[in-house]
Amino acid sequence: MEQLGFAGATIVAGVFGCVAWFWGSNWLLDTIYPPRGENAGRNILRTNMIRPWLFLAPAVLCLAAYLVYPVFNSIWRSLHDAAGQNWVGLDNFRWLVGDPKFRESIFNNLLWLLVVPALSTLFGLLAAQVTDRIRWGNLAKSLIFMPMAISFVGAGVIWKFIYDYRDASQDQIGLLNAINVFFGGEPQTWLTIPFWNSFLLMAVLIWIQTGFAMVILSAALRGIPEETIEAAIIDGANPWQLFFKIKVPQIWGTIAVVWTTITITVLKVFDIVFVMSNGQWGTQVLANFMYDWMFRGAPDYGRGSAIALVIMALVTPIMVWNIRNVRREMR
Amino acid sequence: MTNIAGTKARLVWAVNIAALLLVLLWTIPTLGLLVSSFRDRDQISTSGWWRSAFSSESSGFVRAGTAEDQVFIDGLYVIEGDVTEAGQGISAWGVSSKDPAAFAPGDVAELKDGQRLSVAADGQYRLTSPSEFTQTRGMRIFTTVLSPPAFTTDNYARVMGAEGLGQAFLNTFTVTIPATVIPILIAAFAAYALAWMEFPGRALLVAAVVGLLVVPLQLALIPLLKLHNDIGLGKGYMGIWLAHTGFGLPLAIYLLRNYMVGLPREIIESARVDGATEFQIFRRIILPLSFPALASFAIFQFLWVWNDLLVATVFLGNAPDQLVMTGVLRELLGSRGGDWEILAASAFVSIAVPLLVFFSMQKFLVRGLLAGSVKGG
Repeated sequence: MEQLGFAGATIVAGVFGCVAWFWGSNWLLDTIYPPRGENAGRNILRTNMIRPWLFLAPAVLCLAAYLVYPVFNSIWRSLHDAAGQNWVGLDNFRWLVGDPKFRESIFNNLLWLLVVPALSTLFGLLAAQVTDRIRWGNLAKSLIFMPMAISFVGAGVIWKFIYDYRDASQDQIGLLNAINVFFGGEPQTWLTIPFWNSFLLMAVLIWIQTGFAMVILSAALRGIPEETIEAAIIDGANPWQLFFKIKVPQIWGTIAVVWTTITITVLKVFDIVFVMSNGQWGTQVLANFMYDWMFRGAPDYGRGSAIALVIMALVTPIMVWNIRNVRREMR
Repeated sequence: MTNIAGTKARLVWAVNIAALLLVLLWTIPTLGLLVSSFRDRDQISTSGWWRSAFSSESSGFVRAGTAEDQVFIDGLYVIEGDVTEAGQGISAWGVSSKDPAAFAPGDVAELKDGQRLSVAADGQYRLTSPSEFTQTRGMRIFTTVLSPPAFTTDNYARVMGAEGLGQAFLNTFTVTIPATVIPILIAAFAAYALAWMEFPGRALLVAAVVGLLVVPLQLALIPLLKLHNDIGLGKGYMGIWLAHTGFGLPLAIYLLRNYMVGLPREIIESARVDGATEFQIFRRIILPLSFPALASFAIFQFLWVWNDLLVATVFLGNAPDQLVMTGVLRELLGSRGGDWEILAASAFVSIAVPLLVFFSMQKFLVRGLLAGSVKGG
């Protein structure tokens, strides 16, 4: 309870502090350069120059300290040794290239990159298409969208239960093994099967992201002009043609946005691997690999930062693409 | 014509079935966890949750009474008792481990020395003998017990009390609420400046915000932890609030700016002409009109902070009284991966609040997604 009081006090203090800053600095500005009197014109010009920065200051400070500074600090750290004392040049990156676990992580991340955005978008498109055409579509949408609200850790628990393994002499309590045994298979310890276990982890992320894809794509599908569809129907297009040749080409832009958004999520995927396999049995990915080097055993901040920069480098093309899109829109 | 109508009806069916399949696939995992969280340990470990609605069979043995329990009725020595607990029944029974289901309920088994044993379907047994019983250890009766479906809320009581989840629940709230409110305030002002004020460098700032949207926060962990230590914040709530504020700001500014740019220019211009200051315009016009966007972001940030594991692990520490719920879940998964009843109930407690928020505010969430679908993670 005391703690909630503390949190409540922080909210009040935070809100009050923000309001005090914005209101106070504006008031101060207007007092120093009053927008009336002999210098009114010049003063208004001057306040118009300064005021935006008063509005922006807390945000810019926060962004600089919490996102920009870390990027440069990480670059610096990646060129230093474990404790950040001595300059080691590119040694950390050289080590990375030779490290088998790093290769495994990169390989797995690429696998995730290929599979998760593709399947999430595909299932999302499918779900959007079918739920738009049925009477209980909104309910169906809610239910498919629901995993989005569940934490990666919670999802990990949910799916670990599905992949659970019991000895063949017992009843299986994991759904996957139960189905497998029902069809006459041997129960498997799914998460330890090399290569394929990565796909089982991907299933969790696909399960979470499909709802996101569905919501966006469903809005896009509904935005397609009726005339094009009617024209196609009159010309005798069957439902498949209608979908793949008329509808999908018109929403390529949205599909690209969904795809890249999921791609970014995939590059940063951490929690799922962390709680379900912790990178064992050949399921390591970059984010968890980085966590291992930064926080487990004897921390090596140099190597950890080098791995983080690799993730950053992988994200950069998408970042550039996004910025270009936004700049085009602003013009 | 009939042919076309037929295809159409079939298509409608196909669509409905496809939707149903998708919905089932997407809800069954969560349903499994929910059902399991209401079952006790033995039930979870002996049968799949999908069987929980049916009676479950379990086999074992019970020892009958000893010589002390016998009574003498109508020339026979009799030992009576019950091999089941209240509410259960038996579907088969036996007297040797080689064939534990040899007899059906109601059958009579002939044993040595003229002894006879019968077990009824409700579990009542009757062992009779013409001569006095002398055993000091009861004979074994093998049973196949039918237990009716049973659900319990004990798991929840246990995790909220003894397992420390109640504390974690409080911790999570303590982290989440300020970490949701503060970025909204800061971002709203910045978004207004970026949307409606003219100043050099504006386009550059917008581009920077969009760029920062995708910066992996893994990159920020170590530098920020060091920074917090250097300025004396250390590990604690203040640090995690600030961190979440920083990480949430790009999305907040981006979403709010996009929304505010779309507000009608005339309202703002006419307010300016009427002599309203920028601060007044912001407070009286922009803020109330931007409510939907503010709500969207609030939900995003709430879900994101509530569900976060990485930032909490790094900035809050791992002492039991500091763990947030995702942290507790992780500990449970690691150290007691076999305790499914604890795990299931804990997981459900942790996802209950986000699900509640999700279902009650879905409208805003969808709107926010549509407005800001550049961000990921």
